[in-house]
Amino acid sequence: MHILLGSNTQWVLLSTLALGMAAGLVGCLSYWKRQSLMSDALSHAALPGIVIAFMLLGQKDIYVLIIGAAISALLGAFFIQWIRSATRISEDTAMGIVLSVFFGLGIMLLTIVNRTVGGNQSGLDTFIFGQAAAMVRKDVRMMTMLAIIVIALVTFLFKEWKIFLFDPGFAKGMGLSIRSMNVLYLGMLVVTIVIGIQAAGVILMAALLIIPPVSARYWTESFKRMMMLSALFGGAAGAIGTIVSVLGKGWPTGPFIVVVSSMIFVFSLFFGAKKGIVTEMLQQRARKRQNEPAWSVAASSTLKEGNQ
Amino acid sequence: MTSHVLQVENVAASYRKNTVLQNVSFQVKPGTLTAIVGPNGAGKSTLLKTLLDLHPKLSGHVQFFGSSYQKMKRKVGYVPQRGSVDWDFPADALDVVMMGLYGQIGWLRWPSRRHRELALEALDKMGMADYSKRQISQLSGGQQQRVFLARALVQNADLYFMDEPLAGVDAATERAIMRILNELKQSGKTVLVVHHDLQTVEDYFDHVLLLNGTVIDHGETKQAFTQENIARTYGGALQWMKGEAFYAHPARK
Repeated sequence: MHILLGSNTQWVLLSTLALGMAAGLVGCLSYWKRQSLMSDALSHAALPGIVIAFMLLGQKDIYVLIIGAAISALLGAFFIQWIRSATRISEDTAMGIVLSVFFGLGIMLLTIVNRTVGGNQSGLDTFIFGQAAAMVRKDVRMMTMLAIIVIALVTFLFKEWKIFLFDPGFAKGMGLSIRSMNVLYLGMLVVTIVIGIQAAGVILMAALLIIPPVSARYWTESFKRMMMLSALFGGAAGAIGTIVSVLGKGWPTGPFIVVVSSMIFVFSLFFGAKKGIVTEMLQQRARKRQNEPAWSVAASSTLKEGNQ
Repeated sequence: MTSHVLQVENVAASYRKNTVLQNVSFQVKPGTLTAIVGPNGAGKSTLLKTLLDLHPKLSGHVQFFGSSYQKMKRKVGYVPQRGSVDWDFPADALDVVMMGLYGQIGWLRWPSRRHRELALEALDKMGMADYSKRQISQLSGGQQQRVFLARALVQNADLYFMDEPLAGVDAATERAIMRILNELKQSGKTVLVVHHDLQTVEDYFDHVLLLNGTVIDHGETKQAFTQENIARTYGGALQWMKGEAFYAHPARK
């Protein structure tokens, strides 16, 4: 446990907490934009950018890698948009194409980098499954700062996001620029993915964006509370996943984060206060009992009396 | 100088390859209640969306209050088709009505108590005061339509566009909505309604716009809503039985 007391770990913990919260919030926006899979496509699409940035620079500088990842993810988003509008291919197919092509390219480049001299010390492998423990102070500061900016943007523009997601046509009539909101949304999605890659990895980052909002949906019928719960679940998954992963040397963080958020999801699925399976079953049973016709109650009581 | 609240000149619009609207020109006077009627695919919804910049127009000019839509946005209210939004969205009726006030509240600001009261008042006007905290997914179709109307009311616009507000609602809701539309008209506001029920056009609306790809006729209901015009709009597939119902015959080639 001594490692948990290290000051570096505490900072890492703070950053994955902030990351989880930002991902929970942005994931909520994706959920109601019906674009959950978009986050998966974009996080996979970030990999080639990271590797190319490393190849160009020859060293692991977090700022450059993040910019590389962002460009690559945005390029992926652009391709998805382009395929959808210029061809007859549907959006989910376009996402599938971009996801696999970009990820394949990224793995190929990564293999090449690892073969070159000194390349295998690059530590780029950690970007696939994520390794929070490998983060240094500079990474942590950057990640936390960007996550806080994302959280602030969602919070301050709360009512704008709400109308943008519920009724964009009406929002436009009220003078809200739908184009700017779309750009901002995509920007926040890419930033969240990019800062999360180091901790959660390109493969599993999407889980942090998809699972918390889905879990939150089982608890509430209010958009505000859904956002807050999603941030809470995401933050908890990020922090607990990090704690577990630093216990063992070289344990990846991404899978632990996913396992924790999945546990939250399964619990929500069954016991969620609004739509949980068990909750609904109990409510249904209570309703049935209430609606039982009076005569059958009366009849059964007379029967009992008769038996005595 | 013009006294028209809406001037449409030669507007055309299309979906992909199909031209839906062509040479659409008409003017609307203030304080009128206009029904836009026409067969399915006549471009009624597209017309509203094109006027409101929600759909690109290929050509033509539109003036709102003698100015551009961009400048007059605040004075224009829009009630989209009920099916255009996801009613599973986590919000209650009051939340949705509050959205109509976002323009007044201003972006980046939080709604105040006064705004809540305005929204509640509008819900009350639509006979929905008891449902303010009800989940929108739990409302019936007619109630959802009333919530949309209430949201338009709080906008306090001068010109309203409504896309089939009377579609699939029961008689009580229809009466409630028509009462509100008449109140709007009495207070000098202008309302354009996409309408599908030809039998009620004469009772409900003082003006009618017959549309099928282009304007067949437009004017006071008494003059424009003639058997001949209806036949021209609906391609002769519909027969007008005075005082009776409509019979739609299958279109023959």
